[in-house]
Amino acid sequence: MEFEIFGIGILTWIVFLPIVGMLLILLIPGENKDAIRWTAAVVTSLQVLLAGMIVALFDKSALGINDTASFQFVEQYRWIVVEAVPRVGKIEILYFLGIDGLSVLMIVLTALIALIGVISSWSIEKMVKGYFALYLMLVTGMMGVFVALDFFLFFIFWEVMLLPMYFLIGIWGGARREYAAIKFFIYTFVGGVLMLLVMLGLYFSVAYTDAAGERIHTFNLLHMMNPANYVEGSILAGLDTTWRYAAWMALFISFAIKVPLFPFHTWLPDAHVEAPTPISVILAGVLLKLGTYGMLRILYPILPDGTVYFMYLMAVLGMISIIYGALCAMAQDDFKKLIAYSSISHMGIVMLGMASLTNQGTVGAVLQMFNHGTITAMLFLIVGVLYDRTHKRGLYDFGGIANQMPRYTGVAMVAMFAALGLPGLSGFVSELFSFLGAFAAFRWITIISVTGIIFTAGYILWTIQRVFLGELSEENKGLADLTPRELLMFVPLAIIVIALGVYPGPAIALMNTSLSHLVELMSVFTR
Amino acid sequence: MDTILLLSLVTLFLPLAGFILLVFFGKRMPRQGDWLGTSLVTAGFLISLYILVAVLGATDAPRSASWTWARFGGLPGLGEVTIQLGIMLDNLSAIMLVVVMLISMLVHFFSIGYLEGDVRYTRYFAYLGFFTFSMIGIVLTHNLLMMYMFWELVGLSSYLLIGHWYEKKSASNAAMKAFIVNRVGDAGMFIGIMIIFIHFSTFSFDAIFGAVASGDLPFESRGWLTAAGILIFCGAVGKSAQFPLHVWLPDAMEGPTPVSALIHAATMVAAGVFLVARMFPLFTADALLVIAYVGAFTALLAATIAITQYDIKKVLAWSTISQLGYMIMALGVGAWAAGFMHLVTHAAFKAGLFLGSGAVIYAMHAALHQQHDHHTDAQDIRNMGGLRSRMPLTYGTFLVFTLAISGIPLTSGFLSKDEILAGTLAFSTLNGHYLLPLIAFIVAGMTAFYMFRLLILTFHGEPADGKRLSLIREVPAVMAGPLLVLAALSVFVFYSFNPLGASSGWLYQALERPASVVPEAIAPAAWPIFYRAVSDVHTLVMILSIVIAVSGIAFAWVVYERKTLSADRMAVFMGRLYDGSRNKWYFDELYQAVFVNGTLLMTRLMNRFDNRVIDGIVNGSAGLIRGVSRVSGWIDHTFIDGLVNAMANVTGAIGMRMRRIQTGNIQNYLVFAVFGFLVLLFLLLLV
Repeated sequence: MEFEIFGIGILTWIVFLPIVGMLLILLIPGENKDAIRWTAAVVTSLQVLLAGMIVALFDKSALGINDTASFQFVEQYRWIVVEAVPRVGKIEILYFLGIDGLSVLMIVLTALIALIGVISSWSIEKMVKGYFALYLMLVTGMMGVFVALDFFLFFIFWEVMLLPMYFLIGIWGGARREYAAIKFFIYTFVGGVLMLLVMLGLYFSVAYTDAAGERIHTFNLLHMMNPANYVEGSILAGLDTTWRYAAWMALFISFAIKVPLFPFHTWLPDAHVEAPTPISVILAGVLLKLGTYGMLRILYPILPDGTVYFMYLMAVLGMISIIYGALCAMAQDDFKKLIAYSSISHMGIVMLGMASLTNQGTVGAVLQMFNHGTITAMLFLIVGVLYDRTHKRGLYDFGGIANQMPRYTGVAMVAMFAALGLPGLSGFVSELFSFLGAFAAFRWITIISVTGIIFTAGYILWTIQRVFLGELSEENKGLADLTPRELLMFVPLAIIVIALGVYPGPAIALMNTSLSHLVELMSVFTR
Repeated sequence: MDTILLLSLVTLFLPLAGFILLVFFGKRMPRQGDWLGTSLVTAGFLISLYILVAVLGATDAPRSASWTWARFGGLPGLGEVTIQLGIMLDNLSAIMLVVVMLISMLVHFFSIGYLEGDVRYTRYFAYLGFFTFSMIGIVLTHNLLMMYMFWELVGLSSYLLIGHWYEKKSASNAAMKAFIVNRVGDAGMFIGIMIIFIHFSTFSFDAIFGAVASGDLPFESRGWLTAAGILIFCGAVGKSAQFPLHVWLPDAMEGPTPVSALIHAATMVAAGVFLVARMFPLFTADALLVIAYVGAFTALLAATIAITQYDIKKVLAWSTISQLGYMIMALGVGAWAAGFMHLVTHAAFKAGLFLGSGAVIYAMHAALHQQHDHHTDAQDIRNMGGLRSRMPLTYGTFLVFTLAISGIPLTSGFLSKDEILAGTLAFSTLNGHYLLPLIAFIVAGMTAFYMFRLLILTFHGEPADGKRLSLIREVPAVMAGPLLVLAALSVFVFYSFNPLGASSGWLYQALERPASVVPEAIAPAAWPIFYRAVSDVHTLVMILSIVIAVSGIAFAWVVYERKTLSADRMAVFMGRLYDGSRNKWYFDELYQAVFVNGTLLMTRLMNRFDNRVIDGIVNGSAGLIRGVSRVSGWIDHTFIDGLVNAMANVTGAIGMRMRRIQTGNIQNYLVFAVFGFLVLLFLLLLV
């Protein structure tokens, strides 16, 4: 499947549209704030439109994952080619984009959250030009990661996100923004270095023979998934070798930091608390998914032996994240920090589901990635609305909001109960399938994890009680309900949360084929 | 699709439509839309009656329909799993449907009077609609997944309605407690469902039963089958407030009284009983024994507490728990029809008792309001007394309900209770579990006693305040109507024309115990054997149960009406036992200390661990690296940069010396130039 607009592939469009927007914004004088905002809004709206087209044209029966022929909207060009490197031979780096069932929902999520984030950024008044320029650069990085099929390209997009994120937290953030920004940067950078090491190891180990019979070393992810392409005697050749396990571990940690998985999670609460609302939304809505996406896209198919070997480790870390994240969330007095910890708990469910290497588990995990993206985005927006009005985030600063702001309370209830895993809302569906899949693989780990839903109910309901119920305090009596702009960012998300909760079939159908294929690939290595 | 099934879908979605319309437009409607919710549910009730008639008349297999919700796998070499949602109509669901719709309709009407002028009047009716929708979902489902989904949704509506007056901390606390305690049971139920699904790859009741019947057990183990049954029962333990998860129901009385009648007496709390009845074929004999003992213990525990309570609603709440325990016990011993029949009769008379108590509270509030008294508790029976003279209709109906729950002949309660007692005794003759019938009879006596205690203290005797009594008014027609309907439905004729035996009645006939599907060695006693044992003891049980109920009533009469025996003296005599009962055997305190505080302590420990240990390592390693970099910076500065600087310094020093040559005097430069020229010339010549 290919689709071009003005001779340029749709994936290139969706990735680089924000960069175009960024360049436009750089040309607009800084005083003209509304023009800058509208530029960003138009660009991200176009992205949503493109994402919609991609879904509409997407072929649900194509395998993807490691099957080159069935990737969709593929664009493949040689980008950097070096002939005759001593001792290695010819090397190439590709500009290689394409999607399958694993990435399609992530593209929708990224485009959607990016647009919502722009709407939420409307209230930012500090250095608007720089803010939106960096914001759009960030969006390009995220989108690029989800469509790149060349490891080098993937890595570049991965690192491109880091810089704008650092500044967006470090400049537009709260009181301890510098600490949080540096912590985020270093954490992620350590992950990046580990990834780079594995990437180089793979690169030297993998070579394919082209039509002319020439051996070419490549960063092409799909070639890395083919055991036949591993050079005899190279560092990552063979199966179940120490080096491969070490490579697995390094790559796993680099992704686990992003998820974030216990014990690599402590950057998250700080980053969230200090980041401005739209950046928290992006961070929780999209960035965290890059970690689990990276595992499914790269770690699983390239190092399946390690994945099977370490599957219990992944499940146990997922279980700990679920329980530990929920307990830590309950201990917080800061609304935003509570949601940050709840993210750790919910991403633990993703980890548990995908660790199971079962069909329902992986589908549940990817669906949970999407659902957590929409639900947590709503939750951070909810905190942001209160913070905008009162400049407070403490859970004990409020109470009785339900009477004062009924519309706000309505959308907040949808998000809160979705996070709690209430049936009929999307969070339940993905938790259900993650747990079901996990239970097929790990009996006791899953049983312990399921008790996490009790703690989740605890902290969510306690939050509702402290913020929304009770008597309204005197100082909160003037609080205004949601403005039309704010409703605009909540309503689409709420509709998605309800729709996917009531009837998840279509979303599952989008990814079922690819993920079934992934499970099938892994099953060869399952003992 | 079958018309009847289609109609049942209509009953499902009518209340949901009401909910959506009321949430978005209710405030702008005339009378805030109460008529909308009420008329939709009334329509639903009429439809459900039609469905019941059609289903009872049908002889063919139960109707069902299903829709694909999600599809997995399907690649060659990988099996396909289809997740289906669907509904089914058999006698069980059709009867339950009518019960739910009827009580819901009556409560809608009653609420129009009871909640008049409430701050969130329209929201209240919206939530009632949402509850009705979710409850019908439980009733109609043909699979475990949908059961679980609607299970949690009724939990949500219960949460919202308990917390209706959420400005009060006690109300929001009670709502939260109800949800979380139920979540504990739900987690167990979820694990049970996982065990079933992972093995059978289906949620559908029929498919699961069929697979088990053919000898396919979860994980090929009888132990896991029993475990799955008990875990699914955990859901019922939560929802039907069975020990040890019974603590939420008394607190749930914080909700408006009509809600207590609908949700926390007649329907939602009975969902646990419905679940056990539905899943009955799957339970092994061991699982059923656990169920029977949990039910019996709950019945006894709650009865011992109900005896000493003074809050009119709390007495009824504990009695509800006790009666639910009765039903659960009945199902556990295999008296399936009796247990479910008690659900039906209890729904009518207990809803009546709650609505009656609502009428009393309503009248008390009005009277206290007129007296400008805002301190006296309108729900405390010690502040009542003698109300029968002012509220004859409420009193009359309340008396009927009380007779019914006490199990006096000619009432509906007698029919079902008698069957339960017979079933329990029959079970013990087969298995030797004599404790179960012993408890059952004791609880029957206690029930008669504490219910008449309530009736006498509320309606008989001297008024606590004569002036207040004179201000008490009978309730308006919209509230009295439902009471009369329920009182009529507490009479035997609606269930069986024989006032002394249920088994010939249509209801009992319609409820045929489903056959067990578990392997015979671990199955409960087969129906014919059990039925024979029941027949053997039936006459004995009938006499015993009447004697016990009457003596319970007589005892209450002696103590509270005649005051021949002093209740206070008896309380002192009982000492610790009395204190324990008054304080609900300290379960709340125990759970608070162990589970709530334990969890809070754990959250604090985890949080501290996160901040001190994990972040300590992170920040520590950052500090370490900064330390190392400071050292390397010093080395860099002192040695490496020192060397560079040293070279620079040497060069500089040489330069300083050499600059002396630059005198700025043209003659000197000429001398140097000539000298240099000569040197060069000399060198050239040499070469």
